[in-house]
Amino acid sequence: MSSAGMEYSLKGILREVLSYKSGLFGILLLIFLVVLSIVTIITIPYNTAINLWRGEEGIWLENPKNAQPVWVKYIVGKNLPENIVLDSKKAGTIGITKALTEIPGTDFKKVYMEFTFTYDYDDFPSEVNIFFDAKYTKNAPILKIYIIKPGGIKVDLTNYILRKPDDILYLSINPIVSQNLLIHASSVVGKQLEEELPIEMALFAVEDESLANVGTLKVLKGVYKIVIEGTLFGKESDVDAKVVIYGKVWGWAGTDHMRRDLGIALLWGTPVAMSFGLTASLMITILHLSIATISGYYGGWVDSLIQRLTEIYMIIPFLPFLIMIATFYKLDIWILLAVIIVLSIFGGGIKSTRALVMQIREYPYIEAAKVYGASNLRIIFLYIIPKILPPVIPGLIGAVPSYVFLEAGLSFLGLGDPYLPTWGKVINDAYNNGALYKGYYYWVLEPAFMLILTAFAFSFLGFALDKIVNPKLREV
Amino acid sequence: MAIKGFVKFAVKRGITLYLVVLLSIYITIVVANMGGMIDNFIKSQLLFDITYQFKRDPEYKDLPANELDKLIKETYKLEIKRRGLDKPFYIRSLVYMKDAITLDLGRALYLTSDTGSRSVRLIILERLPQTVMLFTTAMIINFLTHIFIGLYLSRHYGGKLDKLFIALAPTSVVPGWFYGIFLILIFASWLHILPYGGLVDVPPPKDPTLYTLSVLKHMILPLASWVISGFFLGCYSNRTFFLIFSTEDYVEAARAKGVPPRQLEIRYILRPSLPPIITGFALGLIGSWGGAIITETVFNWPGLGKVTYQAINAFDTPVLVGVTVIYAYLLAATVWILDMIYGIIDPRIKVMYGR
Repeated sequence: MSSAGMEYSLKGILREVLSYKSGLFGILLLIFLVVLSIVTIITIPYNTAINLWRGEEGIWLENPKNAQPVWVKYIVGKNLPENIVLDSKKAGTIGITKALTEIPGTDFKKVYMEFTFTYDYDDFPSEVNIFFDAKYTKNAPILKIYIIKPGGIKVDLTNYILRKPDDILYLSINPIVSQNLLIHASSVVGKQLEEELPIEMALFAVEDESLANVGTLKVLKGVYKIVIEGTLFGKESDVDAKVVIYGKVWGWAGTDHMRRDLGIALLWGTPVAMSFGLTASLMITILHLSIATISGYYGGWVDSLIQRLTEIYMIIPFLPFLIMIATFYKLDIWILLAVIIVLSIFGGGIKSTRALVMQIREYPYIEAAKVYGASNLRIIFLYIIPKILPPVIPGLIGAVPSYVFLEAGLSFLGLGDPYLPTWGKVINDAYNNGALYKGYYYWVLEPAFMLILTAFAFSFLGFALDKIVNPKLREV
Repeated sequence: MAIKGFVKFAVKRGITLYLVVLLSIYITIVVANMGGMIDNFIKSQLLFDITYQFKRDPEYKDLPANELDKLIKETYKLEIKRRGLDKPFYIRSLVYMKDAITLDLGRALYLTSDTGSRSVRLIILERLPQTVMLFTTAMIINFLTHIFIGLYLSRHYGGKLDKLFIALAPTSVVPGWFYGIFLILIFASWLHILPYGGLVDVPPPKDPTLYTLSVLKHMILPLASWVISGFFLGCYSNRTFFLIFSTEDYVEAARAKGVPPRQLEIRYILRPSLPPIITGFALGLIGSWGGAIITETVFNWPGLGKVTYQAINAFDTPVLVGVTVIYAYLLAATVWILDMIYGIIDPRIKVMYGR
């Protein structure tokens, strides 16, 4: 069987590809990625994805920072805390009560909100915040917040006057809460403690000598109550509170330093990477093919000109040029793609194809076409290019990963698309925020896994195709 | 006749290559200056500096505002003229061009060498050793292992090991810097046995032996990432390359004649496959001197790639042009030398210039 002369039908090629293990592997991966891309684009439209990723309007406020994916629980075999959200607007659901009583003779009101929840995780939460939503005209509500730990131990946290109707009390960084907890811990331990404890840990810690320092704190499992009570001023006044006890795991992909759901970037990275890699590879291959054919077919000064141009391209440093242009002009991903294509027009692929064309040019059927008066363009595009196409296809598929990684590399340097979430950008964020130092491995591993999956899909398929169109590889 | 033809060939090739270098350098100058836009940055920075200088100087405190403005403007104009920024970009680009091709690399705008010098030549020379140490070593290790393992595989083709290399060859599409991240994750972050990056420990050990050891320790991961990345594909393609040569008719004929396998391998397979291997080695060697921007960033390795990246971020055109010029000259010289070697060795080219 020879590669020239053989007719390829799509079905035939597919059957042959599937007969190779690497081909089968590549095709399966590719199908998975294509389906994933389509589902992603349909379920999270482009604009939604960008808005979600830019985190406008604080959509992510209730997510924990740098939370690992939920499934990490099963890997480490520890029941890591998930988010607990308790909203007084949902009073009446289990564990949440809210009571407003007017004080007779005044327009003051008493408010009492109680949030009961069971905490049976093996680790401390990462943060505790209270989001208020109040209505008042002149005087802001005065609130007292305390927690009742399992066993009925009451710990006063703070007295709080709202600064604005939609105030947020960052409980875990509040100095007064910290002081109060220190006083409480000192009384439990029985001596004056010096070092303040991390609030979200002290709140959920066992009440004994272990409160003496951070290292010995243990999680106290059981039923907790957070109580917010206080006074409102004015007839129309009201207050609602949402207590968020941030976990350490969130979603199937985890979150980043800006509380964003990494899942969005992982999903959206797929269509972006695939279309970027494929377009780049396809365009560059077509350009190389046409230029090489023209160079090899016409010969003479056209050929020397093209040869000199490829030499110039060889000397011009590709990556520094690309980075320069990307830095100077802050490109979005599609213009970046165009720049990559332009910077590769006269790249290395031309030489080998040109040699092939020069052989084919001497074939009798080309002679025949010339004799009966076919135009040069007709010969090039209808007789020569189809002939050299098969050996080029595996290269086309096999080159896709290099462009996917090129985009990832540029994003890693901080030169990626400013809006679109891509895998390279996630790795860049992770790197810049010291993910590897702090042990947030999921943050790097997830996008890396997707990148490798995409790269392998194309690369394995490319190798299988290579064996089909270059039988010489199969024989040896 | 042949010698005269060869000289003609050499000179002709030299001139074409030199023209190619000139054009590449000019393109670099235009791009690195953003077609002259960098000038505007420099000018506004200059105006800012001068204004700041005058406003801070107590001597000019009592001067009326409009007089001070005039003074600032005059100083600014003089400074622009002194630096030649009053001439249009295309004229200055030719001046830059002349400096570049005569290797007068000039002074950096912002970057400095470790000794505090602004000389582009010093900045480049200071970083080059680190880059050569890392990437040239990686390149040579890769080159040798790929050839020897490739030869071994071609000798035992169809074996288990051969099949393994064929199966794993597609994994080499993952670039070195990407493997680097994994290596850092495993060996630095998780196991804590190797450093995250950098050239030596901080503070650097005073004792030269300890210093060398520290540098070597820092080299392990970046080196490993480049070796791993190219390993399977490199061995696989060398194996295929040798196999294709070993199925040539003249090899079959020699084998039939009873040439011993060892001799067959050296004389009939390795020798004719040498030219493309040498080309690959020479170009790889030169390529390794340019450093690797992303790998050096991942490992915080102070080489040429990192300096290039810093220069890009600081819009430091002279450094960018300097790096490109040196690289262009080296590459062109290598290509020319290779052409000459083949001109002497390869009978096909001999025929061409003999005509």
